[in-house]
Amino acid sequence: MQVDLSADVPIFLQVAEMIENAVLSGALKEDEQAPSTTEISVRCKINPATALKGITRLVDEGVLYKKRGLGMYVAKGARQKILEKRQQQFYEKYMQPLLQEAKKLELSYEQLVEMLRRGYAP
Amino acid sequence: MSRIEVKNVTKKYGAVTALDDVSVTIEENKIYGLLGRNGAGKSTLLNIITNRVFPTSGEVLIDGEPVLENDKVLGKVYCMSEQPLYPESMRVKEVFKWTQEFYPDMDMDYALALADKFALSTRKRLKTLSTGYTSIYKIIVALACNAPVLLLDEPVLGLDANFRDVFYRELIARYSEQPRTVVISTHLIEEAADVVEHVLIINNGRIILDDSTQNVLAAGCTVTGPAALVDEYVAGYRVLGSDTLGGIKSVYLLGLPDAPAPAGVEISGMKLQSLFIHLTNA
Repeated sequence: MQVDLSADVPIFLQVAEMIENAVLSGALKEDEQAPSTTEISVRCKINPATALKGITRLVDEGVLYKKRGLGMYVAKGARQKILEKRQQQFYEKYMQPLLQEAKKLELSYEQLVEMLRRGYAP
Repeated sequence: MSRIEVKNVTKKYGAVTALDDVSVTIEENKIYGLLGRNGAGKSTLLNIITNRVFPTSGEVLIDGEPVLENDKVLGKVYCMSEQPLYPESMRVKEVFKWTQEFYPDMDMDYALALADKFALSTRKRLKTLSTGYTSIYKIIVALACNAPVLLLDEPVLGLDANFRDVFYRELIARYSEQPRTVVISTHLIEEAADVVEHVLIINNGRIILDDSTQNVLAAGCTVTGPAALVDEYVAGYRVLGSDTLGGIKSVYLLGLPDAPAPAGVEISGMKLQSLFIHLTNA
């Protein structure tokens, strides 16, 4: 888990995404304990308030829940929730810039489809 | 409680005005980044807060009480600075012991553990320490003394990348455990950028920016594209600076334009260091 310190995405969103990725990959399973605010902030060298903001966002989205006195845990159905959200964001986040770059390079629709087929093949 | 109020502070050294009517409030339990170019007035400000230098006019209050010759209030503050506070023939171990006399809450076990982490022999005399290790023994005292206010003037001076890493991790861990008010002044801006919650930029003796790191980073943006398109797009916004390379122009802005960027023009974020350079270049 690493925060990519690019300037374009606020750090607290990167923190939330980092935990989402861990859940998506199965590194962090449902009903398992998520890293604490302190662990995240020390590990990524970020302000604890920023780490907390990222965690709070995941709690609001129902990905994490708080066990009193124990810390944050991954909610049941969290992976499915993240999957659906990310699939919805896929077009905007990945397809749009891809299309923009393809047009800049004067790639035809057929060429794009061919690349997609080549890349998606097992 | 550990809130600092700087009220209309001016400091003149002869004809030179080091601080020019500076007013700023440092809220408790936040980590501040105090940024400024060489000679901007950072150290003067920190020295006035800790009563080491007297202001020409204005005053500083900590938790509502003036700091002027006020030991009770000054006991809440530990200021790490370049000036040595201890005789140079003293051993590191003795420095720890003496600090405990002034800061009774000092955590000696933690100080020794930290010395171990930094591979600092506590038997060494201060005068035998390198620049890096001189910073290290001061860092250890600052982190271990448990003062509710920590002012760190160039804490990573002379530290290698590994030890800077150790320092920031320890600072964050201590702060998470027990929040306190921290002001870090440094020239290595990017390393501190994600740690500080609030940014103060001082330039020519004046505070020119006082805002949360998040707001500061959200406000700065870079607009890149064909020169004519870029110029048209950013007209009317506060341009901090620009670079041109082969017909492509990058303009650094404070404030995001409302209109969507025209085709061929890209908007990207700006790192704190770039923003700092453009704001203080004038």
